[in-house]
Amino acid sequence: MAVISYREALRAAMRDELNRDENVVIMGEEVAQFNGAYKVTEGLLKEFGPKRIVDTPISEAGFIGLGIGASMLGIRPVMELMFWSFSYVAFDQIVNNAGNIRYMSGGLINCPIVIRGPANGGTNVGATHSHTPEAILASHPGIKVVCPATPYDAKGLLKAAIRDNDPVYVMENTILYNDKGEVPDEDYIVPIGVADVKRIGTDLTIVAHGRAVITSLKAAEILEKDHGVSVEVVDLRSIRPLDEETILKSVRKTHRALLVEENKPFCGVDAQVAYLIQSKAFDELDAPVHRVSSIDAPQIYCKRMEDLQMPSVERVVAEALKVLA
Amino acid sequence: MAKPAVLTHPESLKHPAGPSAYAKDPVNASMTKEAKIALYTKMARIRHFEQRCIRIYQQGKIGGFLHLYVGQEAVAAGTISLLGKNDHIITGYRDHGHGLMVGMGMNECMAELTGKVTGCSQGKGGSMHYFAPDKNYWGGHGIVGGQAPLGTGLAYAVKYQGLKGSCLTYMGDGAVNQGAVHEAYNLASLWDLPVIFVVENNGYSMGTSQERSTAHPGCLAKRAEGYNMAWDVINGHDVYEVRAKTALALKRAHEESKPTVLEIFTYRYFGHSMADPDKTYREKEEIKTYRDKKDPVLLFEQELLREKVLTPELSQTINEAAMAEADKAAIFADESPDPTLADITKHIYWEEDNRGPKTTSRGTIIFE
Amino acid sequence: MAEIIDMPKLSDTMSVGTLVKWNIKEGQVVAFGDILAEVETDKATMELSCTVPGTILKIYAAAGAQLPVGAPICAIGKKGEKAPEPTAAPAPKAPATAVPAIPEKAEVSCVPAAPASSGSAAPQSDASRTKASPYAKRMAEKAALNVASLSGTGPGGRVVGRDVAAATSAPAPAASSGPLNVAVAPPADGKGIQPDGDLPVGGMRQTIARRLLESKITVPHFYLEVEVDAAPLMAMRESLNKRLAEAGGEAAIKLSVNDFILKASAEALRRVPAVNASWAGTSIRQHGAVHLSFGVALEDGLVTPVIRDAHAKTLKDIAVEAKLLIGKARSKKLTPGEMSGSTFTVTNLGMYGVTGFFGIINVPNAAILSVGATIKKPVVDAHDRLVVGHRMVIGLSGDHRVVDGANAAQFLQALKQLLEEPALMLI
Repeated sequence: MAVISYREALRAAMRDELNRDENVVIMGEEVAQFNGAYKVTEGLLKEFGPKRIVDTPISEAGFIGLGIGASMLGIRPVMELMFWSFSYVAFDQIVNNAGNIRYMSGGLINCPIVIRGPANGGTNVGATHSHTPEAILASHPGIKVVCPATPYDAKGLLKAAIRDNDPVYVMENTILYNDKGEVPDEDYIVPIGVADVKRIGTDLTIVAHGRAVITSLKAAEILEKDHGVSVEVVDLRSIRPLDEETILKSVRKTHRALLVEENKPFCGVDAQVAYLIQSKAFDELDAPVHRVSSIDAPQIYCKRMEDLQMPSVERVVAEALKVLA
Repeated sequence: MAKPAVLTHPESLKHPAGPSAYAKDPVNASMTKEAKIALYTKMARIRHFEQRCIRIYQQGKIGGFLHLYVGQEAVAAGTISLLGKNDHIITGYRDHGHGLMVGMGMNECMAELTGKVTGCSQGKGGSMHYFAPDKNYWGGHGIVGGQAPLGTGLAYAVKYQGLKGSCLTYMGDGAVNQGAVHEAYNLASLWDLPVIFVVENNGYSMGTSQERSTAHPGCLAKRAEGYNMAWDVINGHDVYEVRAKTALALKRAHEESKPTVLEIFTYRYFGHSMADPDKTYREKEEIKTYRDKKDPVLLFEQELLREKVLTPELSQTINEAAMAEADKAAIFADESPDPTLADITKHIYWEEDNRGPKTTSRGTIIFE
Repeated sequence: MAEIIDMPKLSDTMSVGTLVKWNIKEGQVVAFGDILAEVETDKATMELSCTVPGTILKIYAAAGAQLPVGAPICAIGKKGEKAPEPTAAPAPKAPATAVPAIPEKAEVSCVPAAPASSGSAAPQSDASRTKASPYAKRMAEKAALNVASLSGTGPGGRVVGRDVAAATSAPAPAASSGPLNVAVAPPADGKGIQPDGDLPVGGMRQTIARRLLESKITVPHFYLEVEVDAAPLMAMRESLNKRLAEAGGEAAIKLSVNDFILKASAEALRRVPAVNASWAGTSIRQHGAVHLSFGVALEDGLVTPVIRDAHAKTLKDIAVEAKLLIGKARSKKLTPGEMSGSTFTVTNLGMYGVTGFFGIINVPNAAILSVGATIKKPVVDAHDRLVVGHRMVIGLSGDHRVVDGANAAQFLQALKQLLEEPALMLI
């Protein structure tokens, strides 16, 4: 098994699927000639040519809408958003058109589009480029949202997304692009809607997604070493569909839960997870569910403060100790 | 508010009534007698279907919005009558006429309006959201201008698949100021996509006349020049003219894979929707002038009577049959069952409706 | 075949419309698109255009009427065809209210209640309640332990899982507490008084529920009560009925106690017109005519038909009209017009032996009169002697925004005088 980066894993997934299905098209701003704003699509133009790898103008509502229309006729576009923050100018296309068309047509039409790109803060780029819209988008029935945290999951989830017959929005993280991990060369997918227990433990369940998984794993190590606490870390991987069983199974074992995400707290993904736990595992709880999210403000520019605004290992450890009290 | 002026939308009235100058255009001259009668029949069916809807709406059986097409029939009829198997159609929320033109049945259309499970979208779409992908009809879209990028994408798919086809992407005159439309124009021209943007200009974006909504150099279609696209204007009261000029745009799409903007002057007799009191922004006299002098169904009937294709008797038979068909559809819609509670959560995800070992999704996707 | 045109739904949110004006007359020929009437919706005044060409056979609703969507307004058909009988609208908006059945005796107050004394502080959490996590409770239940007997080591003394675990691994406590849950007593044997279950709610019931709830929570009700000497009324009724029966023929109508109350109410409103009014948001609308509605109980609810211009009608007129309306109400033939536009409402539960009650105001009326049974009881007469009296208790619920205690009392005073000297009504 090769050790490759998260970025390379995404590229490998696209290459596999471009080879597997001639209807797969990669489209987005700077994806072809420029080799990708974050080099995720590097080399694909050379390998597959301009019909399959298409540069678009800066025109998100236009080209995302175009991709949705094309997907209705059987094309399988994989659209890159330079940042998910830019999805906001294409919201009508992403939500109203892609998310509703199957429903409103009584099942006559489906929309197998993939939209992917980074959705993260922490890169010192200010509020407009640091949005994490997974909760906003996942709150629309008709849409699927996945947030891979590791190279293995990035490849497996993107391949599953491209093969999926519904709109799947893949939210990546620029800070993770260089993270390396073991990724099989052979064909595999990570089914959408299956969480992954990234660390096994007995005293506390931490539920996280995206980069918060990495933060939580580091916190778990400190909790074990310095406080003698055994922490289980559940990586959601997919926001909608949500693997409720894996979350509940872990909470039934540890009886305590801490939810960590890089979203702002109000109506974040973990608001839903907290509801789920109290609703379906109330009698298992030995302490209230706690959350760690970004401090509730637009993303601050100042890097020193931004690092404090987002969930850090220290904050996760401190909050975990409160749950364990 | 500006005082409503009589005839705020006079462009189409400049065209004289009387025999169509386009009757001899090859695309019309080559029509058989049967084809002409069929086209007239389709226009009459749209007219009577829509008029029947008014009563059902007033009885409270049609919920929400109802945007009528009465007065604009020649646009859908003329353009769609030219299409072949790789030509696609997408439009905004004034979508009943297009649906009937592509061959949707009155029953499924009427039942959709009353929210019944026998409706074309099983009661999930409603008036603004008709779909018939088997007939190349991709809706029926509720947000003004939102369908323009989708239509461009359908044209992209046709081209990608190497087919000689097109996508007729309809919108109203109110849509031309939406950003998504301009983005679609740009992409269509930039990538040489076989899309025809049909601006059905009925003079009003809801209650705002074109003069009060749109900065333009004389006609809306001319904006195409800014995107290096071909354009034309059409008198939408003359179905022959609609056909003749649309045929040129289709040829451009099929032969050269190039887009076109067509602005078709037309007029709606009823409000923007049924909830529109329809008297704050235009005078009754204006509506009457159009009804009396420019009615597309009436003008085509007269044309065909002159050509001796139609007889008054045949016309009466056609209209009575359309009325009877609409009445039957009303009864069908009335008697059809509602969707069930369980139906609410169907047709959201393909993978969920078809869950099996091969589908990619697991987990909870519909939440309590 | 003739078609009945209903009050149309002219906007996505419209539920009631007002017929502002008719543009057509009965007998007139109309074509598709002709403007039949102007209708005021919640959004605007709109034109109702004709969708059924033909001849106007009948107009059911007068200009000015406020009708729910779906109520018949006219019929169109072939010339000479008979107009169909419209069935009453499924859920009339204006009518069906004024409920006698909810006695509210207690709160007779015409002045705002004094604020509650602020002696007690905000409720404190009950210190005696044992804080325990759900998980600890479940563990304790399994181990037959009472969590209250454990000392908690969690935040704020919460009993948590480890506390229960420590207790169960320790020697069993000497006095083991009993099971936490007392079993619910099984239902008594035999059958219930009716099957359990939910009954579907029809349109009339929904209208009653909606309108009375709206009245009760938005109208500041106050309540006055007066006891009336009903003996003279009884005597007059007996004598008049005897004469009417003797006269026979068309005149042979039997006057009910309620007819007298209706007549007396109309007269009392003439004397104290302030009560014949409505709250209109920013003004008080006074009504020139008395349109008297009265409750008619039906098997599945009740309706309130209206006697129009009751102030100008004789006792006999009122009796005849009331009888007619009651008949129509029971056979569900009342038109929306016959159930709307009242200015005052009378309800009567005397026939059930109810001695006194207060109805909920039939909005937009300013008051509702609630009439109890006439009962024999000892009273002290003018000569301070204890005698057998025929007394009737009458309650008045008033809308304090429109009328105050004093003018409501004046109204009751006038009503009492009319009922105790019934000859005055006949003048």
